[in-house]
Amino acid sequence: MCAALFILWGGVNLADYILKMENITKTYPGVKALDNVNLQVERGTIHALVGENGAGKSTLMKVLSGIIPYGDYTGSIIYNDKECHFKNIHDSERLGIVIIHQELALVPELTIAENMFLGNERADKLGVIDWTKTHKQATDNLKKVGLKESSNTLIKDIGTGKQQLVEIAKALSKNVKLLILDEPTSSLNEADSKMLLDMLISFKKEGMTSIIITHKLNEVSYCADNITVLRDGTTIETIDNSSHTVDEERIIKGMVGRELTDRYPKRERKTNGDIVFEVKNWNVFHPIYDDKKVVNNVSFKVRRGEVVGFSGLQGAGRTELMMSLFGNSYGSNIFGEEYIKGEKVKLKSARDAINHGLAYVTEDRKNNGLILSDTISWNTVMAKIRKVADKYGIVVDTNKQDEAAEYYVKRMKTRTPSIYQNTGNLSGGNQQKVLLGKWMFTEPEVFILDEPTRGIDVGAKYEIYTIINEMVEDGKAVIMVSSELPELLGMCDRIYVMNEGNMVTEFDAKDATQEKIMSAILASDNKIDVKEEVK
Amino acid sequence: MNVKSFVKKYTMTIALVIVFIFFTFLTGGRLVYAQNISNLLLQQSYVLVMACGMLLCILTGGNVDLSIGSTLCLSGALSAKLLSNGASVPVAILASLGVAAVIGVIQGYLIGYIHIPPFICTLAGMFLYRGFARVILDSKTISISNDGFLKLFTSYITIPGIDTSGHCLSALFVGIIIAFMFTFIAMINKMKRAKAGLAHSSNPVLLFRCVIIDVLIIAYTYKLSQYKGIPVMILWILLVVCVFAFITAMTVFGRYFYAVGGNEKATKLSGIDPRNVYFWAYFIMSLLAGFSGLLVAARIGSVDGNMGNSYEMDAIASCFIGGASAYGGSGTIPGVMIGALLLGVINQGMSIYGLSDQWQYVVKGLVLLIAVVFDVVSNKKTGKS
Repeated sequence: MCAALFILWGGVNLADYILKMENITKTYPGVKALDNVNLQVERGTIHALVGENGAGKSTLMKVLSGIIPYGDYTGSIIYNDKECHFKNIHDSERLGIVIIHQELALVPELTIAENMFLGNERADKLGVIDWTKTHKQATDNLKKVGLKESSNTLIKDIGTGKQQLVEIAKALSKNVKLLILDEPTSSLNEADSKMLLDMLISFKKEGMTSIIITHKLNEVSYCADNITVLRDGTTIETIDNSSHTVDEERIIKGMVGRELTDRYPKRERKTNGDIVFEVKNWNVFHPIYDDKKVVNNVSFKVRRGEVVGFSGLQGAGRTELMMSLFGNSYGSNIFGEEYIKGEKVKLKSARDAINHGLAYVTEDRKNNGLILSDTISWNTVMAKIRKVADKYGIVVDTNKQDEAAEYYVKRMKTRTPSIYQNTGNLSGGNQQKVLLGKWMFTEPEVFILDEPTRGIDVGAKYEIYTIINEMVEDGKAVIMVSSELPELLGMCDRIYVMNEGNMVTEFDAKDATQEKIMSAILASDNKIDVKEEVK
Repeated sequence: MNVKSFVKKYTMTIALVIVFIFFTFLTGGRLVYAQNISNLLLQQSYVLVMACGMLLCILTGGNVDLSIGSTLCLSGALSAKLLSNGASVPVAILASLGVAAVIGVIQGYLIGYIHIPPFICTLAGMFLYRGFARVILDSKTISISNDGFLKLFTSYITIPGIDTSGHCLSALFVGIIIAFMFTFIAMINKMKRAKAGLAHSSNPVLLFRCVIIDVLIIAYTYKLSQYKGIPVMILWILLVVCVFAFITAMTVFGRYFYAVGGNEKATKLSGIDPRNVYFWAYFIMSLLAGFSGLLVAARIGSVDGNMGNSYEMDAIASCFIGGASAYGGSGTIPGVMIGALLLGVINQGMSIYGLSDQWQYVVKGLVLLIAVVFDVVSNKKTGKS
């Protein structure tokens, strides 16, 4: 409930601020998460909030939305010129402040309409739901975000990109005035991301204000009017970006407090190693709809000492390709040839793949990578636990296990109080390091890294790139699947481009540019369309 | 270690001590009579054994096996029937364990490979096996008179010369030896860890823990020596408990159960087949239920169609009281044993005090509820929901 406390602001500042957060301080036992943070958001703008993981962005937004209630922090929130004391998320939503979290809060088994009005049902006094009204309003809101899906569609039947749009439609149904998006594009490909940002820009023209938290600096400079940089719980600066020309290096300087002269560590390129991994005519069908082909006749090869990139839009079949190569961990009716060190192999299970020197580092570390409820120590060894067991492979030597974990924590510079910390308590970047350590522990020849830097901050990214360089200098081969083109261009020797399950083309990284890759994808789209018409 | 984290870590142990002292006073000291102390574990034999298997099932993701009470009955019924028809002891035991193993293979296969939800699969088993048991018993009670069978499970170890009834020194000696060995192993392990430069408990903490456990072991065996000596059944229980404590804490195989419960998808991508893990959990569970059937049949001396009714609930309750996570992925055998003992002390304390059956149910229910609520709430505080 907003206390009826009115504060008159002197006419010093001519800008019309919808929100002013002043001297916000929030302490957790032992840590000052926010230290006198100030944030001023102009009405009708897009305001970006950037900073490394742990800089306090999410905490600040929790304060604003009432998840951290009034009294648990100090400082004041002035919204529409009124000081507000939000006790919970309902208080802030009533005034039109809606937050969309990074992990979408949708129920997969319910329809779009049911999700949209969850907790906010269109019902009469007795709680009987008016379904006509529900679906009518849901359809209207879907139109506003450009979704053509029926409001009766189940959430699980639409992709992540569209789910993100449903979240926004849900926010619209709450009569949103100030929309907060926490990493809205972290699981979207470039095309979907751009669509989402353009939508925010069009909402802005209608007068809506948004705050966007993101790690993707190109998006920041594309859509944000103002950029506030947080570092270690304090406000560093607010950069004016009304001309949308701010330099990414300029933002990074504020985030890390130093200039990263090169965002990608240097490595001596070697392209003459022997071929350590080769795939010929690989085909994969969808695990449930087994007449749907997700990977079509793909061939590629990887040399020792090489970083090979895989580019493509969401749904290009890259993850499906890699997981099916990793001991048939995805898909059905898989056929094709797989060679490791020149020897043809038939990998029947993940265990097989590991034993043959493959490592697959998943794109989804929380669900498919780590046991969040267990320690770093156990996570580190679990993919090859026999390495720390006795010679019969039966009894685990916990001392050896802990030594291995200590080694990888040190090697990866994982920031943790101890190896007995549960991985669920670590930040995204540190979780990713534990995950990489887990797979380095299996001593593979070929690393398949699927989105290795998704959702982690600039500093941690740099450290992971350094680790990747160390791997290839060690004579390993690295396959890097990534949706971030600059990262592929900065890190890889060669880049394969995939689209709709097909291998489109291959670039030498020296010749490749973002434009060339995107136009290759788009050109292949047309080809595929033509093919289908012929059918 | 400060007081708060100590209390949090050893909550159930502390609860056990408090409950034990409480009932000792309530029963005017009768709870600590040698005979009652000796019976405490024997009465709980089936819970202690089956809770080991149940922990494996629960580790895989909070799943339980509801059929074990019926499996226990079927196993006991088969042995009783065969023995009464003049079969030899090994034949009866092997037949019972064999049937339990077949049940385990079927349930393990259905749950692991066909992905039948464990709750439903074992619920069906619960009806099915009790039905079979009653068919075998022909709805009658069969008593067991085979001395060899009874002796194998219910006799006491006495060494002629040093043991007389009421003064079985051999029990005390065994206790002292076990206590010494425990301390020795703990010291060795600590030295190993220190040498490798890993985190280890400080000397006073280690010493304190060893002294407490040593005193308990010696006190317990002293009580046993005052009654009839070491019961053979305790050796069976100890064997099962030690084997499973070892498997879960120390072996590659044991770790797989924790991995599957913690994150099944990640486990699969780490090269561990979750289907096998489910299979083994339910196979082992059924086998242990079959073994418990022998223990209970021998202890009661007869088998009827209601034997083992709701025993599965005691095993499940022990696991959850002992700190196993209702979502899978965490829990230890020592913890589960504490849980089972807590239930045992409450049961026995109340029977000695003279409280009727219905109140025992009320108290059991409350203890289980409090334990789980406490677990969930304290986990929420540390943020690992």
